[in-house]
Amino acid sequence: MQATDATNPEYFHKVVDCQYACPAHTPVPAYIRLIAQQRYTDAYLINWESNVFPGVLGRTCDRPCEPACRRGRVEEEPVAICRLKRVAADFKDEVAGMLPKAGPPNGKKIALIGAGPASLTVARDLAPLGYELHLYDEQAKGGGFMRSQIPSFRLPESVLDEEIGYILDMGGITTVFDTYVDSMAEMLNKGYDAIFVGSGAPRGRDLPKLPGRKEADANIHIGINWLANVAFEHTKEIGKRVIVLGGGNTAMDCCRTSRRLGGEDVKVIVRSPFAEMKASPWEKEDAIHEGIPIIDNHVPREFVLENGKLVGMTFDKVQPVYHKDGHRELVPTGEEPEFYPCDDVLVAIGQENAFPWIEKETGIRFTSWGTPIINDDETFQSTRKEVFFGGDSAFGPSNIITAVAHGHKAAVSIDFYCQGKTLSKRPPPHVTLIGQKMGIHEWSYDSIPITDERKIVPLEDLKKSLNDRMVEVELGFDAEAAFIEAERCLNCDAQTVFTDSNCIECDACQDICPTNCITFTQNAPEKELRAKLLVPADNTEQDLYVSGTLPTGRVMVKDEDVCLHCGLCAERCPTAAWDMQMFFYNTAKATPNLVDVK
Amino acid sequence: MSYYKPKFQHPKLPKNELGYTVADYDGAVSTLCAGCGHDSISAAIRNACFLSAIPPHRIAKLSGIGCSSKMPTYFLGRSHGFNSVHGRMPSVATGASVANRDLIYLGVSGDGDTASIGMGQFVHLIRRNVNMTYIVANNGCYGLTKGQDSATADLGSVGKYGTKNPFDGIDLASLAVLQGASFVGRSFSGDKEQLEPLIRAAMAHRGFAFIDVVSPCVTFANNVGSTKSYAATRENLDAMPIDFVPMREEIRTQYKEGSSQTVTLHDGSIIHLLKARKDYKADSREDALMALQKANSTGKVLTGLLYLDPNSQDLNQVLELASKPLNSLGMDELCPGSRVLKSINEGLR
Repeated sequence: MQATDATNPEYFHKVVDCQYACPAHTPVPAYIRLIAQQRYTDAYLINWESNVFPGVLGRTCDRPCEPACRRGRVEEEPVAICRLKRVAADFKDEVAGMLPKAGPPNGKKIALIGAGPASLTVARDLAPLGYELHLYDEQAKGGGFMRSQIPSFRLPESVLDEEIGYILDMGGITTVFDTYVDSMAEMLNKGYDAIFVGSGAPRGRDLPKLPGRKEADANIHIGINWLANVAFEHTKEIGKRVIVLGGGNTAMDCCRTSRRLGGEDVKVIVRSPFAEMKASPWEKEDAIHEGIPIIDNHVPREFVLENGKLVGMTFDKVQPVYHKDGHRELVPTGEEPEFYPCDDVLVAIGQENAFPWIEKETGIRFTSWGTPIINDDETFQSTRKEVFFGGDSAFGPSNIITAVAHGHKAAVSIDFYCQGKTLSKRPPPHVTLIGQKMGIHEWSYDSIPITDERKIVPLEDLKKSLNDRMVEVELGFDAEAAFIEAERCLNCDAQTVFTDSNCIECDACQDICPTNCITFTQNAPEKELRAKLLVPADNTEQDLYVSGTLPTGRVMVKDEDVCLHCGLCAERCPTAAWDMQMFFYNTAKATPNLVDVK
Repeated sequence: MSYYKPKFQHPKLPKNELGYTVADYDGAVSTLCAGCGHDSISAAIRNACFLSAIPPHRIAKLSGIGCSSKMPTYFLGRSHGFNSVHGRMPSVATGASVANRDLIYLGVSGDGDTASIGMGQFVHLIRRNVNMTYIVANNGCYGLTKGQDSATADLGSVGKYGTKNPFDGIDLASLAVLQGASFVGRSFSGDKEQLEPLIRAAMAHRGFAFIDVVSPCVTFANNVGSTKSYAATRENLDAMPIDFVPMREEIRTQYKEGSSQTVTLHDGSIIHLLKARKDYKADSREDALMALQKANSTGKVLTGLLYLDPNSQDLNQVLELASKPLNSLGMDELCPGSRVLKSINEGLR
């Protein structure tokens, strides 16, 4: 194998699994260390700089970081990264004064359509540069999907208002709320230097052709619309018996909200097998905890009416068959259709993009999926060069943190576009790599990982939370639980940096490594090399760190897979060929250094 | 602060026949200098015991005084141990072996502990063929007292402070062959591929097995001019690789005909001597001595299995001692009564 080029920041970036998996690449271990030091405000600021809505995301994020967490490969459970983020938000001091303000006007004017997480991120990144930003939304308040679709028992409105306020209070941002933008052509004539579309993926998918759909319309609701109606208090109750169709997180929000609005017999009925449902495992657990059964492998067949009123639904039973190419087919079992009685049905089977307000003559072209054709997933520029897309409106439904990541990149593009720079030349990330040695047995971070198991977040009393949908179910960690949970972090950003020329091949690192990551051996092609390490490196998603050829003709090979970043290799190295160096990787934003954390 | 190892292990760490992982053979984290050759020997012992699937509680570690003699703390944390007086480990080992012949004895000593203060005891240990493995971590200097030349320092080797050693060093391997040791090997701490099978073979051998291991002192003798530095040892290394196949394992590796010699131990285990010299016989003292002298005269460090007598009789056999450990003998066996005493007395009249 070729020697690893550790001077390329992308190599060590990939080693920090959580940060790498995060669409916005939030420096997770850095802020977790700050939480352990009770520097909650600094932890919050690092988050805010990267993901804009730490308080919101600390409660609602889809957490791509947690399945990626190295701890999950070393023991049972990953670090509770998401809930630690909430700790930073819960325990921080007043931060308003530490956040940046709008810069002196630079004469450029930008329209942001839709006030969801993507547009708000663009606004925050561009305001300090002096852009005049006009933020349009059909709702009365900003937040978009975060406000309309996420129930209050998961995300209190006060948290959302606070974090949106931080952005709107920067200055330079004019809100045009209660205004539905119905023509892109008109917007293009208003003299904006650039337009960002972050209007989300607003249409919930329906089952228009299912027998009985039209006749039973009064008791059939589209999940995300229904959730929005609940949020705005247009809907305050639901029937006693509710069927929720769908297996995603929206279905989980629907069924749990139903339990709070009078639903007593609430069921989730889903086509796919339980294990393959799109909902996050913890969302499913929470629903089951609230007494909601999840019935899988059932395909809707018919809405059943009696005297013109919905009384239930029939379903065909299926079983999954997996073909060689990995394709899954749901094959009818041939059993009799099954009937489930109900008063109301919530359809939460996905969302579709829709841009009825973007005229053909604007030159903005769309794919056959209904999503805009975008230059690439770095620039977010549409086929009309001054129009940019981001969030769910760019590539279809995803999640908040993805929308934020889009917003950062789009903001860079918009800035470059307005300043006449080349969009494809993306700015490099801000990277530092600093030695952490403090003494013979001492590092600047808690190097030896603790063995405590993942802390469980305490919940509000079930009766109390089912009685009032405004009561937040999760109570969050207290300071002590947060400290232990933070100490579970393996500090994967404390990188093991190897300098070939210093190595005298004493093998001390290989002997001491508690997880047998390091092997000195003859070089070979990657597949062969992986097989002949002390413990074969089966996890091919994780890289091998390979040195140049050493004096005895061998190479040092480190399997990154289960490295604990405990620093023992560096402690037992007589020549400092190994060193633990703290790696900080911050993706480029339109405004660099938004916050000041030492 | 990391004076102990994290508890986490690789989830796919292999297990031996006893169901133990190599981590079950770990000891405390070493307090020797980072990069010390001794730590590599500790790891080689750990790996050897793991590979040979020896139950840790069947092993007794014995040592004297010195950096080398601290080593037993750093491997086999679940075995018995006795840290004795300087140079007096052989007496303790002899006593222990006679008292309980069922334990596997592993002595760890250094060039000072063996070749200076302990020399008198060492040669008698060999002479009596006590059933044990005796490893000398040989760095040619007194690391614990800041690196003075030891009795095994080579003539002309330069110390850390720039002075040349004016005396000829004692070659412990030659001495052991000459004194009649039934198993003599030499190795290098930086060559685990050879050291591990050598330790496994030594532990399987019945009788006194001696291994002299060149183990660089990274702090006081790793300088230019030192003959026992990592660089100098590697440069002058003349290694005879070996492979060890325990009795219960089937032989998987095929060696080209003529490329290796095999030696079968008393328990049926097999030692393969790879790339063996055509005219070298591992069961000949004369060949061993000749090869060692030749290597010494050309400044080479000859490593590998130097001499082996697979049919040696250990101390317990020679003295026809009880076949069971003393602590397992019952009252009737220890004190057979006046009738037996009478018959003995009768026999002497």
